[in-house]
Amino acid sequence: MKKIEAIIKPFKLTEVKDRLIEIGVQGMTVTEVKGFGRQKGHTELYRGTEYNIDFLPKIKLEIVVIEEQVEKVIEAISGIAHTGQIGDGKIFVSSIDETIRVRTKERGKDAV
Amino acid sequence: MRCNSAKVMAVGTLFLLGATPAFAETAVSRVDTGDTAWVLLSAALVMLMTPGLAIFYGGMVRRKNILGTMLQSFIALGVVSIQWALIGYSLSFGPDLHGIIGDLSWAGLRGVGLEPNADYAPTIPHQAFMAFQMMFAVITPAVISGAFAERFKFGAYLLFVIFWTTLVYDPLCHWVWAKGGWLHGMGVLDFAGGIVVEINSGMSALAAAWFIGSRRGYPHEPMLPHNLPLTLLGGGLLWFGWFGFNAGSAVASGGLATAAFVATHLATAAAVMGWLLVEWKHRGKPTLLGAVSGAVAGLVAITPACGFVGPVAAITIGLVAGAVCYGAVVAKFRMGYDDTLDAFGVHGIGGMIGMVGTGLFAAVAINAAGADGFFNGGAALLGKQVLGIAVGAAWAFGGTYVILKVLDKAVGIRVTREEETQGLDLAQHGENAYTM
Repeated sequence: MKKIEAIIKPFKLTEVKDRLIEIGVQGMTVTEVKGFGRQKGHTELYRGTEYNIDFLPKIKLEIVVIEEQVEKVIEAISGIAHTGQIGDGKIFVSSIDETIRVRTKERGKDAV
Repeated sequence: MRCNSAKVMAVGTLFLLGATPAFAETAVSRVDTGDTAWVLLSAALVMLMTPGLAIFYGGMVRRKNILGTMLQSFIALGVVSIQWALIGYSLSFGPDLHGIIGDLSWAGLRGVGLEPNADYAPTIPHQAFMAFQMMFAVITPAVISGAFAERFKFGAYLLFVIFWTTLVYDPLCHWVWAKGGWLHGMGVLDFAGGIVVEINSGMSALAAAWFIGSRRGYPHEPMLPHNLPLTLLGGGLLWFGWFGFNAGSAVASGGLATAAFVATHLATAAAVMGWLLVEWKHRGKPTLLGAVSGAVAGLVAITPACGFVGPVAAITIGLVAGAVCYGAVVAKFRMGYDDTLDAFGVHGIGGMIGMVGTGLFAAVAINAAGADGFFNGGAALLGKQVLGIAVGAAWAFGGTYVILKVLDKAVGIRVTREEETQGLDLAQHGENAYTM
């Protein structure tokens, strides 16, 4: 089992979600996050003063899938979330030791 | 100038506006139901401005401080109303002692009954005038709280409000508005509170921001408004309530109230545009916070002038106020003080612009109980207005500084470092605005 964490531009969320459902992803967790990479921040204006805002709003998707699905998911996210502009985000993949479905106590692949 | 024969002014204004004076003049003080209805409604409108200010301010602070900030405005309704009934009204409007202060013969509203008081408002019950004035006393210290938002201890704030209202507001109110008050006697014109409310709160705000010091991390760490839609709602409520504040200050229904109503709205509209256009030119983008701030600056600036100037003068005053207050707010970063929500930049500077504007544009043709300003051949009025600004500014700044100094020694006025980091809502009040 693998966990895929993807940081994407907020306006891409709906498209990415629709595509992931199409390729058979069963569920995901979405969080509004802030951060920066090479894009750095932006400026905001309040009462005539410019403020440098280092942390930009992004969306973090967390998806746990079985190993066979990993490449398909990466392909889907990196395809759809891509604009070619700086700030498109990143995808992190890590291993998951165990998954438990709370309702049925199923474990492992059955619970994903 | 709410104090003098409002009916005479009203008739003069009606005539000028081309309306037909429909009522006969009488010298007898008797209750007029129309006037009473308007003043009571106006008092209620002004009351709504304090929660409006709470919402306006609350949107501009960080999310951890919204409740503490809003409570500092809202609680003035509790504290100041009681102070006003017990001693404040008597000190402000009670029988004059040497032009300086009212005596305590009206303490506890003794003798402030349902018969009109001919000196202040000859056609409404004395208590209606008292209640209307009470709402002004309530909102004024609440305005100051914007200067030291996000760092003032709540208990010390309550003490500050009681002392400030008694020692700074009540005397200045007496000087400007009471029968026998010395600035009033000199002919300084302040229709609805340019000195008493705006310069008073604005200069007190400057003293307070300077005395208490900046928020931790200011200005390196961006401290941004967390909910500007709230600020728009609050600004809208202020604009709405300000019709009571200004047009109600005619203390009668009719022509003068109408003239003040129209001037108030036009100046505010012009200030919205003034602020927005200057900001757009200066920074390349027009902002919602700029439009709302411009509205408040215009409302402030037209406050002393609204019952003395015509529509075009009102637009001029508003445009200037919007543009200049923008400049004042931008300049604070260079001055190095953390007037957090710009109480000085908007209320202090806006009030001064309005007082000068009154000195320039006032016309007896609008209000027979006023005077002619500079552009109507009355240079003397401008001098009086500047004197009024200087006295109000010095009194408010000095008085506030002394009160804060004493309070800081006695109980401490600032929250601890940990409390400031945690936020006033949790640290001072044990509650959060936004929970999961």
